[in-house]
Amino acid sequence: MKSSALGRTYADKECIIRQGEAGDCMYVVQMGKVEVVREEGGAEVSLAVLDEGDFFGEMALFEKEVRSATVRSLGESCVLTVDRKTLVGRVQEDPSLAFNILRTLSSRIRKLNAELVRAKGRSGT
Amino acid sequence: MRKPEKGPSLADSLTSLAQAKSSDLRLEDGSEIAVIGGGPAGSFFSYFVLGQAERVGLDIRVDIYEPRRFDESGPSGCNHCGGIISESLVQILAAEGINIPPSVVQRGIDSYMLHTDVGSTRIDTPLVEKRIAAVFRGAGPSGLGESSWSSFDSYLLKLAVSKGAQVLRKLVNGVEFKAGRPHLRSPDGWNKDYDLVVVATGVTSNFFQLIQSLEIGYHPPRTVKTFICEFELGREMVQAHLGTSMHVFLLDIPGLEFAAVIPKGDYATLCLLGHDIDNQMVEAFLASPEVKGCFPDPEMIPEHVCFCFPRINVQSAVQPFGDRMVLVGDCGVARLYKDGIGAAYRTSKAAAKTAVLHGIAKEDFEQHYWPACHAIAKDNRIGKFIFAFNHLFQGKRFSQRAVLRMTSWEQQKKEGPRFMSMVLWDLFTGSAAYREILWRTFHPAFWVPFAWNLVAAVFSRGGDKKIGRSL
Ligand SMILES: Cc1cc2nc3c(=O)[nH]c(=O)nc-3n(C[C@H](O)[C@H](O)[C@H](O)COP(=O)(O)OP(=O)(O)OC[C@H]3O[C@@H](n4cnc5c(N)ncnc54)[C@H](O)[C@@H]3O)c2cc1C
Repeated sequence: MKSSALGRTYADKECIIRQGEAGDCMYVVQMGKVEVVREEGGAEVSLAVLDEGDFFGEMALFEKEVRSATVRSLGESCVLTVDRKTLVGRVQEDPSLAFNILRTLSSRIRKLNAELVRAKGRSGT
Repeated sequence: MRKPEKGPSLADSLTSLAQAKSSDLRLEDGSEIAVIGGGPAGSFFSYFVLGQAERVGLDIRVDIYEPRRFDESGPSGCNHCGGIISESLVQILAAEGINIPPSVVQRGIDSYMLHTDVGSTRIDTPLVEKRIAAVFRGAGPSGLGESSWSSFDSYLLKLAVSKGAQVLRKLVNGVEFKAGRPHLRSPDGWNKDYDLVVVATGVTSNFFQLIQSLEIGYHPPRTVKTFICEFELGREMVQAHLGTSMHVFLLDIPGLEFAAVIPKGDYATLCLLGHDIDNQMVEAFLASPEVKGCFPDPEMIPEHVCFCFPRINVQSAVQPFGDRMVLVGDCGVARLYKDGIGAAYRTSKAAAKTAVLHGIAKEDFEQHYWPACHAIAKDNRIGKFIFAFNHLFQGKRFSQRAVLRMTSWEQQKKEGPRFMSMVLWDLFTGSAAYREILWRTFHPAFWVPFAWNLVAAVFSRGGDKKIGRSL
C-alpha cells in the first residue's frame, strides 16, 4: 500500500465500523476494498463489497441511529473519515454538496427494490 | 409581525421573487463559456458548471485557456504554492465524489510539529488519520526526471475535461466587450466571442489589470510577495527527519507571519508568508537553529533545487463580477494565508451555480455569487486580528513557552478537550473559519489554563528545552 494514500490504513478483516455502535461520521474508501456485513441472529450476511471512491456510514449523518451494519477491510485498505460537523456545516452553505450522496442513496434504493421484488417472487407472495 | 391581509398576494410574491432572482442574461442551449486560467479555480468552475448544466438539461460549451503544461517539472508547469490541501477540503471533495488519488498525493499528513524559539511540540490530527494532502501543483521541482507522481493541477484539469471542457493551450492577452458580449484575443491572432467569461488567472500574472481597465467596477486584490523553495533530501531522509508531519515555525523574525516545511516524496517544500519576504528574511529564517534542526545535517542545509517569490492575495478584490463576466479564485477572493485552494473551490462552485441556476448578469452574481465571497472576506478580517494577536505572542519568549507548555500537556492527556491544540491545528491547517478559532479562544477552558501557563512560563525561564521532539 502506498504511504501517500489518504485516510487511515486498515489491515485485512479489521473492523472500520461495528453494527449497533453510535457514529457521527461517514467514510470514503481511498484504496482497496471493504465488505459490508449485517449480523442477524448470530449469522452474518454479506450485503456489499465497496471499492475505491465508494462511501458508507452516511446514515449517521442524517439520523441519530446506531450503525446498521458492520464494515470490515477486505485485504489492506485506506479509508477517509468525513466528520458530520464539517459536512453538515458546508451543506448549510451549499445544499448541492449533498447531491452526490443523494444520488448514491437513490441508486441503493433502486437496487434494494429490485432485490425485494426478487425475494417476493421467490416466496411466491 | 406583518398582517396577511396587508401583504401582497402569493401570486404577486412569487412573480416579484422570480423577477428579483433572475435576469434576462441567462445561459441557453449552445451558450459558450470561456474560462481564462486552468488552475484550481478554473478547473473547479468548469467541472461544476458542466455538472450543474447536465443536471438541469442545459447543453453548454466550456473552453479553458491555459498555456501552462502541468505535467512539466520546474516553474513552467507549476502554480507556485505550498501544496497543502486542507483537511476540510479533502473531506468536502471526497463528499463531492472527488477523491485525490494516491498518485497525486506526495505525502499524507497526519500531524503538525510546532517549532518556536523555545522548543517544539507535536500536534496530532484529532483522529490520528492522514486527512491532509501534500501535493505538487506541477510535475515537481526543476530538474526532476521521470516521476511516478502526478500534478494536482493536471488532475483537476483532467476532471474538468472528463465533464466535457475543452482545453486551449493559449495565453489570453486581450479582452473587450463587442456589442455587449465579451471578446477574447490571444497573441497568435486567435479571437472569439463568448456568452460568459470566467477569469481564473490567479495573482501571478498581470491579467487582472486588464479587467480593471474594462471599468466593470472591479478592483484587484492587494497582494504581497512570498517565498517558496524545494530541497531534495531523498525519500528516506524526508521520512526520518520530517515524517508525516508538517513543520510549522512561530519564530521571532520581524515581518514573518507563517513559515512551514512540508514533506513531499523525495523533497521538502519551504514556504514563507509575511510582509514582502526578501532574501534577507529567508537567510535569517534558514539560519535559526529550530529550522536547521529539521534537516539531516543541521550544520549544512542543502542548496535548494527550485525557488520562487510568488505573490499571495491578502485583501479581497472589489466587485469581482459584471455582466457576462465573473472572477473566481485568487483574482477575486481568497482566504488569508490559508487554504487558497479551498477558497478557489468555494468561489468557483458558487459562480458556477449562479451562472446555471440564476443568470449571468451583474445582479445575478451580486445576489448569488458575492455572498460566498463576502463570507470569506469577512472571516479574513477576523483572521487579520488573530495574526496580529499571534504576533504579540510570537515576539515574547515567555508566551511562546506558555503556548508550548499548554500544547504539550494537552497532547500527553489521554482524553478530554484540547483547546490550545485545536486552536493551533485550525490556525495552521485552515480547517476551520477564523471566526470559529476566535470563538474557541473565548472559552474559559481555553483561557483559564492558558493564563495559568503564562504565569508558570514567566517563572520557568530556565526551562527552554525541546518538548516532544519525536516524529
Ligand atoms: C507561497 C504560497 C503558498 C501557498 N500555499 C498554499 C497551500 O499550501 N494550500 C493552499 O490551499 N493554498 C496555498 N496557496 C494559495 C494558492 O496557491 C492559491 O490560492 C491557488 O493557487 C488559487 O488558485 P487559482 O486557480 O485562483 O490561481 P492559480 O493557481 O494562480 O492559477 C491561475 C492559472 O491561470 C493561468 N493564467 C494566468 N494568466 C493567464 C492568461 N492570461 N491566459 C491564460 N491563462 C492564464 C496560469 O497559468 C495558472 O495556471 C499558497 C500561495 C502562496 C503564494
